[in-house]
Amino acid sequence: MAITLTHYLTVAAILFTIGIFGIFLNRKNVIIILMSVELMLLAVNINLVAFSHFLGDMVGQVFAMFVLTVAAAEAAIGLAILVVYFRNRGSIAVEDINMMNG
Amino acid sequence: MIIQAIAFWIFAVVAVISGILVVANRNPVYSVLFLILTFFNAAGLFVLLGAEFLAMMLVVVYVGAVAVLFLFVVMMLDINFVALRQGFVRYLPIGAIVGVILVAELVFIFGGWGLTPAATAALGAPTPALEQATNTQALGQLLYTKYFYLFQAAGMILLVSMIGAIVLTHRERVGVKRQRIATQLERGRDSVEIKNVPSGTGV
Repeated sequence: MAITLTHYLTVAAILFTIGIFGIFLNRKNVIIILMSVELMLLAVNINLVAFSHFLGDMVGQVFAMFVLTVAAAEAAIGLAILVVYFRNRGSIAVEDINMMNG
Repeated sequence: MIIQAIAFWIFAVVAVISGILVVANRNPVYSVLFLILTFFNAAGLFVLLGAEFLAMMLVVVYVGAVAVLFLFVVMMLDINFVALRQGFVRYLPIGAIVGVILVAELVFIFGGWGLTPAATAALGAPTPALEQATNTQALGQLLYTKYFYLFQAAGMILLVSMIGAIVLTHRERVGVKRQRIATQLERGRDSVEIKNVPSGTGV
């Protein structure tokens, strides 16, 4: 059985849904939410590379590389904010993040 | 061809299972480890798709940097993860409903996806044949010519995120004695005083 574009897109769709599911499930834990966001970005990358392969177009891989860059930057900044927040409040629960509520 | 199909199914199934374990695990350390497993299997899928450079990039950047960063933060912070898991069961049904609907919609869309001749004709940069250039060469030839400014912008994004992370987490601690080399070097002759002590007396 030949592996087609649909197979890759389905895997990416399932991974993306797992990411969203993780945000729903662990809505108190910021670390797991960040990991779910990484999973979703990975699913998007799989989509881009699969289209790049089956279309025979290199631009998809270039775009996937930029997505990778932004994901790395996002993880670094997010975790830095998390560490500073924990240092100030001693907790990382999402419902405690309400200092800017007014 | 059959080996390729077997490899695809192994990579895909392991990636999905470890992805589920990332979000369902009780211990965040195990979650990070399963995230690493997911990244490795996605890298395998990339290799199957002929994107070797991105596969290696995924292993180096995601596993080597991002996942280790996650591991650092999880182990550094002293957090009661059991309390953070409250509401897990309560949100399970709504999450499952949304997830099933979403995955059904996405598979419904992608299942009927076909590439029209018009789409395959209008390529931005066709992949060169493997005899002409490897994947890494082709990507480099595209990245350093057509997408050069975007490449520079990506580097700038990484620089800004690095500086941002340092600025956010850096703190001056009080009561720490540091060596100040500049102060030491700028001391002149007045830092040493010569006393003429008369003989037979103390200082």
